[in-house]
Amino acid sequence: MPKLHLQSRDILWGALVCALALLPLIPGLIGNSFRAHVIILVLLYASMAQSWNIVSGYAGQTSFGHSVFFGIGAYGAGMAVVTYGLTPWPGFLAGSVMAALVAVLISWPCFRLSGHYFAIATFAIVEIFNRLFMVWDWVGGALGLDYPILPDGWVNFVWSETKVGFFYGALALFVLIFGIVRYIETHRLGYYLRAVREGQETAESLGVNSTAVKLAAMAFSAFLAALCGGFFVQYNYRVDPPMVMSLDVSMRFVLITILGGVGNFWGPLLGAMILIPLQEYSRAYLTILGSGVDLVIFGLIIMLMMIKQPKGIMGFIEAWQARSRERAAAKEGV
Amino acid sequence: MALLDVSHLTMKFGSLAANRDVSFAVEPGTIVGLIGPNGAGKTTVFNCLAGLYKPTEGRIVFDGRDITRLPAYRISRLGLARTFQVVRPLKEMTVLENILVGAYLRQADSRRAMQIAQHCLRTCFLEEDRDRPAGGLTIGNKKRLEVARALATGPKLLLLDEAVAGLTSTEVRQMVELIQGLRREGITILMVEHIMEAIMPIADKVVVLDGGIKIAEDRPAVVVENEEVIRAYLGEKFSRRLKAMKEAKPS
Ligand SMILES: Nc1ncnc2c1ncn2[C@@H]1O[C@H](COP(=O)(O)OP(=O)(O)O)[C@@H](O)[C@H]1O
Ligand SMILES: [Mg+2]
Repeated sequence: MPKLHLQSRDILWGALVCALALLPLIPGLIGNSFRAHVIILVLLYASMAQSWNIVSGYAGQTSFGHSVFFGIGAYGAGMAVVTYGLTPWPGFLAGSVMAALVAVLISWPCFRLSGHYFAIATFAIVEIFNRLFMVWDWVGGALGLDYPILPDGWVNFVWSETKVGFFYGALALFVLIFGIVRYIETHRLGYYLRAVREGQETAESLGVNSTAVKLAAMAFSAFLAALCGGFFVQYNYRVDPPMVMSLDVSMRFVLITILGGVGNFWGPLLGAMILIPLQEYSRAYLTILGSGVDLVIFGLIIMLMMIKQPKGIMGFIEAWQARSRERAAAKEGV
Repeated sequence: MALLDVSHLTMKFGSLAANRDVSFAVEPGTIVGLIGPNGAGKTTVFNCLAGLYKPTEGRIVFDGRDITRLPAYRISRLGLARTFQVVRPLKEMTVLENILVGAYLRQADSRRAMQIAQHCLRTCFLEEDRDRPAGGLTIGNKKRLEVARALATGPKLLLLDEAVAGLTSTEVRQMVELIQGLRREGITILMVEHIMEAIMPIADKVVVLDGGIKIAEDRPAVVVENEEVIRAYLGEKFSRRLKAMKEAKPS
């Protein structure tokens, strides 16, 4: 179907956001609890995965470097608060713009080449930025940045009393990023992104400047990933290079989306809803087995997934929908 | 002034010259055929015109502008659209979405772009498959999709590379009518075709390539009598058959 008019998807979306917004009304659900922590992380990681999905899912340019943009966003907010004593808001903006600039500078030369140069280059920048931030005194070096005690509220974007504030912060981030991707998906840029993924030369023959399209995707993607980083530093009251700029963090962007469904609007949310609770609860309960258990479980699930259904959970759902449509059509035919 | 003016086009791949010193012109509002045996360099000419290849030598002027080394997307924006001989559907996108990508070239507004796409969908007889993933179409429909998508970009000149090859005879007739209809709408057409029955009756002019070199350029009636063309491509038998056809129903 042409994605122009209000669809079941939009209605589902509206209902979901309303339901989420009302969650804190359920007594005891979003107190200062572990469950609240998991819900906030699901929203955050779904947002991160969705920002990655723009360039790597819709446009098909796999990035392993999103932890760098995430990190730049985190440092943007962190430095605004810790280094300059401001609110994090100018830091959110500066970090995101910076991340978009870095993303464009890195990918410009890669997008003009074909093949896997882009993926390899993004792989390399993670290590480069990690080392750079470890030794760079201006950004706090290896010690990182620690937040002072600040009054709760939207101005400082911190809440220490309950998690309700962070919950609404995460929800706002989630609605913003999913909303932007939904808008892109139903407009020209979205069609161009997919066209470039499906056949770059074909897209060019239809007047699509594929380099510009990929750069735009990268800029949006990095900007939004950096916003997520901004939220992350606020939520943790601190940041240091390994927390944000690492292959481990990069892989979370990738794995969540692959599990849920690459290039699919709902994929990042589904992936986060499964992997994040798994990660947090296994961390909490399986510590006796040593750290890294969650990563092993991640890996196994993804491997199984790639064998059974490369399009992720959304692939299963779509195949099931197609089958039931066919069955309905067959019934009508009789 | 000609809409397309190709002069001294040479395209080399290493030591192989796929096109050598090819010159021809396409007048606005005409249908021009580009024919010749397999490997003659027809698709290579198209790839040079559309900016997929950068010609080794020569000059291509389209609509008064030198487009010789422009990138493909700029050429498409100027109004020169092409289909691919080896079809290239955007597989995971539906038929309508494929065409919509073309339609967005002239119309950033989604609703209006959709109208253009719907129109091209109907024009090319693809309505039944509109919500199917393009990768799953039959070869005939993939060929039609190539045309519909190129058409959606609103071209002045449309390059069709064997757009009817592989179609049934009914489908060929349908496509030929479609092409004539496009000409009536003011679209100029340059088409590569092996099925002489499809091209000879509708072409105003035919350019013949053999081994990368242009060996003839004239009206179809004249070209079929050309000794060199007969030897290189048409064959005696075909030429006799075509003459007999002409005499049977003079138009
Ligand atoms: N990209 C390429 N690289 C090397 N050789 C090519 C390339 N494209 C075409 N050729 C060669 O150029 C010649 C002409 O091919 P082509 O233009 O496809 O012929 P036609 O379309 O007339 O059948 C062939 O010998 C072909 O092998
Ligand atoms: Mg060819």
